[in-house]
Amino acid sequence: MGGFLSFVKKETLHILRDSRTMLIALLMPVAQILLFGFAVSTEINNLNVAVVVPQWSEDIRQSVEKLSANPYITYKGSITPGEIDQWLRSGRTDAIVVFASDFDRLINQWKQTGTSETAMQFVMDASNTNIAQAGAGYLTNILAGELMSSASMVETHMLFNPQMKSAFNFVPGIMGMIFILICAILTSVSIVREKETGTMDVLLVSPVRPMRIILAKMMPYLALSCINLTTILLLARYVLGIPMGHNLWIVIIISLVYFALALSLGLLISTIAKKQIVALLVSAALMLLPIVMLSGMLFPIENMPAVLQPLSAIVPARWYIDAMRKLLIQGASWNLVFQDFIILVGMTIAILGIALKNFNDKLE
Amino acid sequence: MNDTLAIEVKGLSKSYGNVQALDKVTFDVHRGEIFGYIGPDGAGKTTLFKILVTLLNADEGSASVDGLDVAKDYRAIRSRVGYMPGKFSLYPDLTIEENMDFFATLFGVNVEQNYDLVAPIYKQIEPFKKRRAGRLSGGMKQKLALSCALIHKPSVLFLDEPTTGVDAVSRSEFWDMLFNLREQGLSILVSTPYMDEASRCDRIALVNNGRVLDIDTPQGMVDKYDKHLYGIKAGDMYELLKTLREESSIASCYTAGEYHHAVAGNGFDAAALKQRLITAGFCNVDIKQLAPDIEDVFIHLLSNEQ
Repeated sequence: MGGFLSFVKKETLHILRDSRTMLIALLMPVAQILLFGFAVSTEINNLNVAVVVPQWSEDIRQSVEKLSANPYITYKGSITPGEIDQWLRSGRTDAIVVFASDFDRLINQWKQTGTSETAMQFVMDASNTNIAQAGAGYLTNILAGELMSSASMVETHMLFNPQMKSAFNFVPGIMGMIFILICAILTSVSIVREKETGTMDVLLVSPVRPMRIILAKMMPYLALSCINLTTILLLARYVLGIPMGHNLWIVIIISLVYFALALSLGLLISTIAKKQIVALLVSAALMLLPIVMLSGMLFPIENMPAVLQPLSAIVPARWYIDAMRKLLIQGASWNLVFQDFIILVGMTIAILGIALKNFNDKLE
Repeated sequence: MNDTLAIEVKGLSKSYGNVQALDKVTFDVHRGEIFGYIGPDGAGKTTLFKILVTLLNADEGSASVDGLDVAKDYRAIRSRVGYMPGKFSLYPDLTIEENMDFFATLFGVNVEQNYDLVAPIYKQIEPFKKRRAGRLSGGMKQKLALSCALIHKPSVLFLDEPTTGVDAVSRSEFWDMLFNLREQGLSILVSTPYMDEASRCDRIALVNNGRVLDIDTPQGMVDKYDKHLYGIKAGDMYELLKTLREESSIASCYTAGEYHHAVAGNGFDAAALKQRLITAGFCNVDIKQLAPDIEDVFIHLLSNEQ
């Protein structure tokens, strides 16, 4: 046991002495959560809106007031029809609302009959399709919301994430990526480093079983992941305001399974790669890219080409991200994430099995 | 298994693809002996060491260390031997002290327990024990590596090219340390490409291209040398070498520092040769008879091979 602990100590010293790696490992989750949480957002925030009013009336005044009172919209004032093109081009505004000259009459007609000619027009800057699409929907909601809903047969409720905050969507994705990064990539690189520098030779010529050497090497990275999980959950709860539900212990159990899976992947890579750079490339190509592209982190699995959908099923992060989404955002209970859990456990056993079979007591 | 043998190697072969790294290598190392495995780069030294410390499997043949078979009892061997690879294989980001502590606990001992054995070596680097191993000089790294390989009091010590990249003074000190360890009963297998270190060993094997050319004591090797060896020098050493190689009375000639070494052939006459060289325009010609050293023996054995 003394050997095991001294290994853990030694490995911890390696990490502590390599301040750059440690900083990356500890700060990356924070940076990514904040970056995706605030900077990268697909929801509407500060949509610049100007209006074109041929003739002011009471109804138009009310509509414009609704716009300027809305916290997500910055009201830029009223312009002439001739200025529309120039304002959009120069980026002074993202959207322009053009009111019809007989706006009041058309609104009244709509209220009475449920049908009328066009009463207002949105001119959107669609060079950013996300903003244009979401913005148009948003403006419709604000300006014609009550009119529409009274006549419409469809009523939409946004459950779990009523403000459609994209951060909610990103947090599980980031979790799926970061733990692979730390457990699988850092672990495999650190094992392969010992092979490359020759210290593995010296370690193997000792009474300590090779498997134990590897297990001990994994411990600090496991600890690092636990710290990161705590940081991410705290940030998600208190900075991004994600509801989290009350099933935190399920989050922790599934995360621990995911850590085990990522560590097994790291071990598997280290049995294949002989050089650190190879371990890095293999990790990046085989893990990071599929996670970003196929796990549903950025692109919904349902939108993928039919060929890629089954492929995404073998990306472990897909199941973890799915489970985290359900747990953190929907507050789901055990039975809803049980499938994800079983799949993750199964993958862990399979990968660990292959890794152990590949693992050799000798150098060959 | 012979109990007086620390290492027993029988017909060991190993190849990497087309390269035959070891070709039916056979030798024994007695207990309490310093055995030198001596040959140029590519002679298969490191491969042999890796097989003996159970890191690689041999293709053919058998070997035992401390009475234990390298294939079957590799676990037991791993806790009994000390291994110092040719490449510096400690942790550069850990201090001297941390490296020592780590390797001690790896073998389930603590530094104090076997301090006596490593003391003569470790004392020299102990003043710098807070310094990281990566910032040590070549000689200090070597002392640290040896201390780490010795800390668990191994019965057999494997030193793969321990003096490569180390200055002459440190090299000499290093051999003194090995003698000291031999006094304490350790058996040592050491490899080196430096022929001048051969005479420091109790017995040596001269090897080339994976084959053992001869095994004997250093003196025995030299005594077996049955040729007459001359040292020849002149003003223009390069022209001299070319001329001597044309000489019918010289069997072979090769560079070896200040004097070219020439092996006398049929009808060799030093005075006549000197006269011929002077006539040919060489200045400062000097010819003297030499006592052969291990390098001469090695070159002689090589020429027999081919």
